[in-house]
Amino acid sequence: MRGGIVSRWRESLRKTSDLVAARIDRVLLGEARVDESALEDLEDRLIQADVGVRTSAELVEIVRLGVARGEIENGESARRAMVRAVEGLVKGSSSAGAHIDAPLQGPPHVIVFAGVNGVGKTTTIAKVGARYRAQGRRVLLAAGDTFRAGAVDQLAVWAERIGADIVKQGAGADSASVAFDAVQAARARGADVLLVDTAGRLHTKTNLMEEIKKVVRVIGKALPGAPHEVLLVLDATTGQNGLVQAREFHSTIGLTGLVLTKLDGTAKGGIVIQIARDLGLPVRYVGTGEGLDDLEPFDAASYAEALFGGS
Amino acid sequence: MREIRTALLEADVNFHVVKEFTEAAKARAVGQEVLGSLTPGQAVVKIVHEEMVRILGGATVRLALAPNPPTVVMMVGLQGSGKTTTAAKIARQFVADGRRVSLVAADTQRPAAIDQLAVLAGQAGCAFYGTTPGDDPVRVAEEGVRRGSTQLADVVIVDTAGRLQIDEPLMDELGRMRETLRPKEILFVADGMTGQEAVNVARRFDERIGLTGIVLTKMDGDARGGAALSIRAVTGKPIVYIGTGEKLDGIEPFHPERIASRILGMGDVLTLIEKAGQAVSQEEAVALARKIKGDGLTLEDFRDQIRKVRSMGSVSELLGMIPGVSRLAKGMVPDVDDRELAKVTAIVDSMTPAERRNPAILNGSRRARVARGSGTTPADVNRLLKQFGEARKMMKTLTAGRFARRLAGGGR
Repeated sequence: MRGGIVSRWRESLRKTSDLVAARIDRVLLGEARVDESALEDLEDRLIQADVGVRTSAELVEIVRLGVARGEIENGESARRAMVRAVEGLVKGSSSAGAHIDAPLQGPPHVIVFAGVNGVGKTTTIAKVGARYRAQGRRVLLAAGDTFRAGAVDQLAVWAERIGADIVKQGAGADSASVAFDAVQAARARGADVLLVDTAGRLHTKTNLMEEIKKVVRVIGKALPGAPHEVLLVLDATTGQNGLVQAREFHSTIGLTGLVLTKLDGTAKGGIVIQIARDLGLPVRYVGTGEGLDDLEPFDAASYAEALFGGS
Repeated sequence: MREIRTALLEADVNFHVVKEFTEAAKARAVGQEVLGSLTPGQAVVKIVHEEMVRILGGATVRLALAPNPPTVVMMVGLQGSGKTTTAAKIARQFVADGRRVSLVAADTQRPAAIDQLAVLAGQAGCAFYGTTPGDDPVRVAEEGVRRGSTQLADVVIVDTAGRLQIDEPLMDELGRMRETLRPKEILFVADGMTGQEAVNVARRFDERIGLTGIVLTKMDGDARGGAALSIRAVTGKPIVYIGTGEKLDGIEPFHPERIASRILGMGDVLTLIEKAGQAVSQEEAVALARKIKGDGLTLEDFRDQIRKVRSMGSVSELLGMIPGVSRLAKGMVPDVDDRELAKVTAIVDSMTPAERRNPAILNGSRRARVARGSGTTPADVNRLLKQFGEARKMMKTLTAGRFARRLAGGGR
């Protein structure tokens, strides 16, 4: 009986999904007139990209107004308006430069990577490190994830592959102490960039949030003005909880931006639109694979295009 | 129904699933008589909740052992979903049941994944088989199962590398591994915070490899876990476990009715009761839940609970299970570290029974006495009283059913 319900359901789900996709493509790519049902389809598509109910409704409202004013006539112009709106949001309000090609502060220029478990912090650090190495910078990695089994080894493997130094202590060590040592080492060895790994932690764990706050505070004590960037690493498959994560990490350690990982899958990572809208945090990089080269500076325009481009 | 739709979407239930689901629930709701004391809004919530429980699977499912050992379990999923940790958690559970377990590291891709599993196997108290990075995962898995078999293992759990569902070569590899191992179980490990994509990912894994069950991880956060409904709906496979922490004991059987409540934002009062039950007796737990629901929470209860809290988990964790409290919990609960707990206990202990039952009688001089008696300052006492008052007020409003009330007001 139960199996019957579920399988019947699955079948109809598949149909709905095909139907909606086809309809949207017809509206957005064609010359079809933009009517109310087209707008609803558009909203549905945004929701399916994890943009969220509220933000999706707001974005669609922009198009609806455009239609009412006669500025938007067909699918193509609706799509352009939408792309512009999304682009405007994800650029963030504080997107002043800071990415891989921006001038470094310090030395060392200290970047802390934070995030919940399994989003790809360690891999992202390796990729960012590799990019700086390619620019001829001296890179030092701090193995601040002292909790997860194998995390220090994982970072050490990457350090060797990209030709960076690493500062580590034993498993279970205090991550703030690792960070402090790393800043000292970076200064002593004349490193240009210090990338600080931290253990994955859920934003709801008060004690772990206090711990990462201490890591950031200690870095600031060891080197006034540091850390120069505090990046939240976010998995593109994350749903609405991503906004809560960003808000909690931001209020605890003051984020400067986001890294959106695993964008090589089918997930669109639309939650960053909400984060940009509510917290003004820009996306710095996107991760697009497991290789060291699979990291790109974020480009708001092409992201927005991809959101409404093919499915 | 529009409210329900928004609630489900905000909980990350897949868009198409929501559409189908609200239509099914609406069809059931129309023409139903409203029972007894329920408002129409509450009745709709009740129907939606029941429908959701039905889809989620009705009863709690357990992993069964194969008739001929070893029972081979394969863990599959996206990168970072928590396969390795979950593999070790399941291993530990079987070990606790007196089974011989072996963990096999077929993730030869991610740096140090093998080391990680070796360390976790040590913690779980089970055997381990792993080779060197870069080896062919299918051969490693085959050898691991063969060894497990000769070592008379009851259960062999194979950890595989995370992969995207659209990565054809890697999906083929999993297919080959399945052909070779003929596992009893293929568990799909999914992050409980996953958004709309959960549907596509789960469907593809199921189509390509044929899943037997699902594990939803990172459910100790405040994500509503709508992915559970989405994945269940597209695969039809049972959700076997939920992961609730980084330590190896952070795994629980899946309870459909609780997750249904959580997705709907009704809070996880049942889990709260069970959790409390581990530290206090069931009767006390029920009484506590009733008190929290009503206005009857006194400072005495507050202190009694705080004493027991250390063995239960943090205060904020407990409060997080009550509807809507999770986000507010921070401001209204005294800091949850042990020092603060001791202080709160001392303050409450220094009051007379009458004061504990009715904090309103605590005037300035009584407060000063309490502060002296507990080695704190009057400011500490004031702060505690204020927090307690807010907590009580909050409990009352929240448990009156914010969600249900909003619905009742709006109709459907």
